[in-house]
Amino acid sequence: MEYMPEFTVARPSSLAELVAARRANPGAHLLAGGTDLVANIRRGIVAPEHLIELTHVAELQGIAETSSGGLRIGAGVTLAALIEDERVEATFPVVVEAAHAVAAASHREVATLGGNLCLDTRCVYYNQSEWWRAANDYCLKHRGKICHVAPKGDHCFAAFSGDLAPALMVLGATVEIASADGKTRRCALPDIYTDDGLAHLRLTADDCLLAIDLTPPEPGLRTGYAKARVRGAIDFPLAGVAVALRRCGADLAELRVALTGTNSCPLLIEGTRDLVGAPLDADTLERLVGLLPKQIQPMSSTFTPPGYRRKVIANLTRTLTSRMFDEAA
Amino acid sequence: MAKEILQLTVNGQPREDAVAGNLLLIDYLREVVGLTGTKMGCDGGECGACTVLVDGRPRLSCLTLAASSAGRQVETIEGCARGGRMSHLQQAFHEKLGSQCGYCTPGMIMAAEGLVRRTPAPTQAQIRQALGGNICRCTGYVKIIESVEAAAAESAA
Repeated sequence: MEYMPEFTVARPSSLAELVAARRANPGAHLLAGGTDLVANIRRGIVAPEHLIELTHVAELQGIAETSSGGLRIGAGVTLAALIEDERVEATFPVVVEAAHAVAAASHREVATLGGNLCLDTRCVYYNQSEWWRAANDYCLKHRGKICHVAPKGDHCFAAFSGDLAPALMVLGATVEIASADGKTRRCALPDIYTDDGLAHLRLTADDCLLAIDLTPPEPGLRTGYAKARVRGAIDFPLAGVAVALRRCGADLAELRVALTGTNSCPLLIEGTRDLVGAPLDADTLERLVGLLPKQIQPMSSTFTPPGYRRKVIANLTRTLTSRMFDEAA
Repeated sequence: MAKEILQLTVNGQPREDAVAGNLLLIDYLREVVGLTGTKMGCDGGECGACTVLVDGRPRLSCLTLAASSAGRQVETIEGCARGGRMSHLQQAFHEKLGSQCGYCTPGMIMAAEGLVRRTPAPTQAQIRQALGGNICRCTGYVKIIESVEAAAAESAA
């Protein structure tokens, strides 16, 4: 690790103060739990002149029941708080499951839902020390001119590695975003992402994720999350899959599948609607797995080769979907 | 770099120090307060050696700005012993051989301390979960888990 660069830290306690702090400090980085950002600062990947700590912004905190019977979860809610909330566990267990899969208990004490959704993309050529990256002439994502994963291209393939996004996507979550003028807007969670390792968030530099809204799940919906990683207790995903499905008698009535770790953004898999209305037999499972190759693009951005991750994501998708279908009986 | 006044409690003692905004909690504890029991391991939030308690909950001090702990209760390994007697966890790590080179031990004990305060009789699965972010490169983990189990049993007795 490197020295800590010099920076100022603002600590607003309300959304209005946050907006004012951003106006006063253009280009400031938002600091939530810091489990990713502080490590990146220490590696010299990020060199902020100003930080704005979000811990005390009241509007980002709390889990509240909505009038529709769903939940509004503040972006600043820690993963530990999310896991311990009985309402989340009872209504959206896949969110708790995915939160549990993030890093280790001590990280989850401070890591936030918003931080996990806005996590920077990761790559073995990027998340390294300054001297390591300098010796490799840096990379396209930071200070360099070529992507070592795909040297002939001009695209960054750093992978999105958050665990919460796929779980929330299969639940149809929407997000609330505060702009620099303090106004808020809503959009579907997938709409804040784009498949570009250099800039995977469609949020502007002045936007701040405020909260995540979940509507009540359809009766009978079964959900689950499965993750492959090198070190079971702590690692980012090599691949992660979330599944939400309903069955009607022997038939599949609804199916949503979302992935993480395969692309520069989380993916809600397209084409799953074509599989409903029939039993989830071996043929249907293979048709499901057959949807993946054209939509995923694992590259050599992790310590495991892309071919391995392709097999892993197919197996995780197949086994988790099958298990959810059986449990829904 | 401009400094600001940091007020917090370290091992029960109120403190007031002028610290730079970019000072990490681990550097504050080791260099300013002089409590060198908290260890820097991986230096990047991956090994758990620097674990301390902030308001009773485990925290990686190498990823925490000191100023972010303003007004909070910080506890380190030096705060575990009472009246010259080791805590149950420290005693158990000693007797059950949960510590070999000892470098990871302060982080292990603080992470375990955070667990047993909330869950006085943890299952082995809960212990493994709570210590999942703490790496030991010499003892292996069986003796460490046995140490936490023994300490919890001793506390319950």
